Amino acid sequence: MTAMLEMRGVSKVYGSGPTEVSALWDVGLSVDRGEMVAIMGPSGSGKSTLLTIAGSLEEPTSGEVLVDGSELSEMSPNDRARLRRRSIGYIFQDFNLLAGLTAAENVALPLELDGFESGAAHTTGLEALRELGLADRSSHFPDDLSGGERQRVAIARAVVGNRRLLLADEPSGALDSVNGEAVMRLLRDACRRGMAGVVVTHDAQLAAWADRVVFLRDGRIVDHTAQTPGPESLLSGPEE
Amino acid sequence: MSVRHALLALLSEGPKFGLRLQQEFESRTGEVWPLNVGQVYTTLQRLERDGFVESDGEGGEGSQKDFRITSEGRRELTAWLRTPPDSEIPPRDELVIKVLVALQVPGVDVLNVTQAHRRHLVETMHRYTQVKADAAEHDLGLALVVDAELFRLEGVVRWLDAADARLRQLDDTSKAPPPVARSESHGSVSGRR
Repeated sequence: MTAMLEMRGVSKVYGSGPTEVSALWDVGLSVDRGEMVAIMGPSGSGKSTLLTIAGSLEEPTSGEVLVDGSELSEMSPNDRARLRRRSIGYIFQDFNLLAGLTAAENVALPLELDGFESGAAHTTGLEALRELGLADRSSHFPDDLSGGERQRVAIARAVVGNRRLLLADEPSGALDSVNGEAVMRLLRDACRRGMAGVVVTHDAQLAAWADRVVFLRDGRIVDHTAQTPGPESLLSGPEE
Repeated sequence: MSVRHALLALLSEGPKFGLRLQQEFESRTGEVWPLNVGQVYTTLQRLERDGFVESDGEGGEGSQKDFRITSEGRRELTAWLRTPPDSEIPPRDELVIKVLVALQVPGVDVLNVTQAHRRHLVETMHRYTQVKADAAEHDLGLALVVDAELFRLEGVVRWLDAADARLRQLDDTSKAPPPVARSESHGSVSGRR
């Protein structure tokens, strides 16, 4: 099975000469479909850099990043942009919803940007909201939603369409523990349905929802938990 | 875990016999604390001796003898619920001792020691989280017991994180250029470097 995300010898250096800072050093990471991996480490350990490079929002200084078997550096900027729009879902701590759009419009937006006809995008967006228990909130604006609801809208936006890679940066950092747990359950469910997930967090309780935890220190992977058996065995659906 | 008070709590709902008390105790604590029926009867005898419960007085060991809570038992239960657990004396935490000892042993990278424990703790937390994830949503007892354990383990991980941060801070300080050589000016210029 090809890994959905494969990082090989990835390093990232900012600046040069005496001000040079090495944010990531020789990172190797492989995440399969159906699997959720948490990246844990203190502030400044390179967690967020790893995520932005995995999501092709930033380029590594050296090393290779493959998403669904395609090497990002070999793709044209247009193809990379299409990959980001179509295949990768991002979730951020501060939700990043557009305040002037309703919940349904926020979720439909990536589909419309990807060329979906507006009505079809809206219908698909509503369905994603319904699956996350937000059917009755679809016409609300982000300011009228609670923190937990906003993050569920952000999750709907990240999984809508046929996305395959889910990247989350402290996805429940701004929520209380019960809402945080609900968010992790939803991310876990999305991965169980066939997405590959990478969740960056410093919170051990959230990391514990992942199938595997990778520990980062000073830009290097220093350790990881033993992989528990079984995410594959749960993937009996018709996915791909 | 006070079995005495857990039994009083179960009896506060109405009279019950020993076997039923044992089953209810286990199901309501998420089946995390096994309790044998012999322990239930011994505890009931002591509660009866202390005047906190009373029985209908019939039947021998193992028969279905009903127990009832007394008003004194209710007072005892209410007082116990509000009494803080004994947390005044810091426990002699083995992990704290290991990290303190690691600091003294030459050639040991303390960060590797803390990481080994962090990994182990997160693996344990993962197993607990699986239990919670697979449990029925209405199983409140189980969720509460698992949450308590997860918060406790998370606290230990956070202590390890804080220990790492302190060690690294100390490391940075010792690597920094030495402060200005001791002068007679009582160190007032030492910050300038």
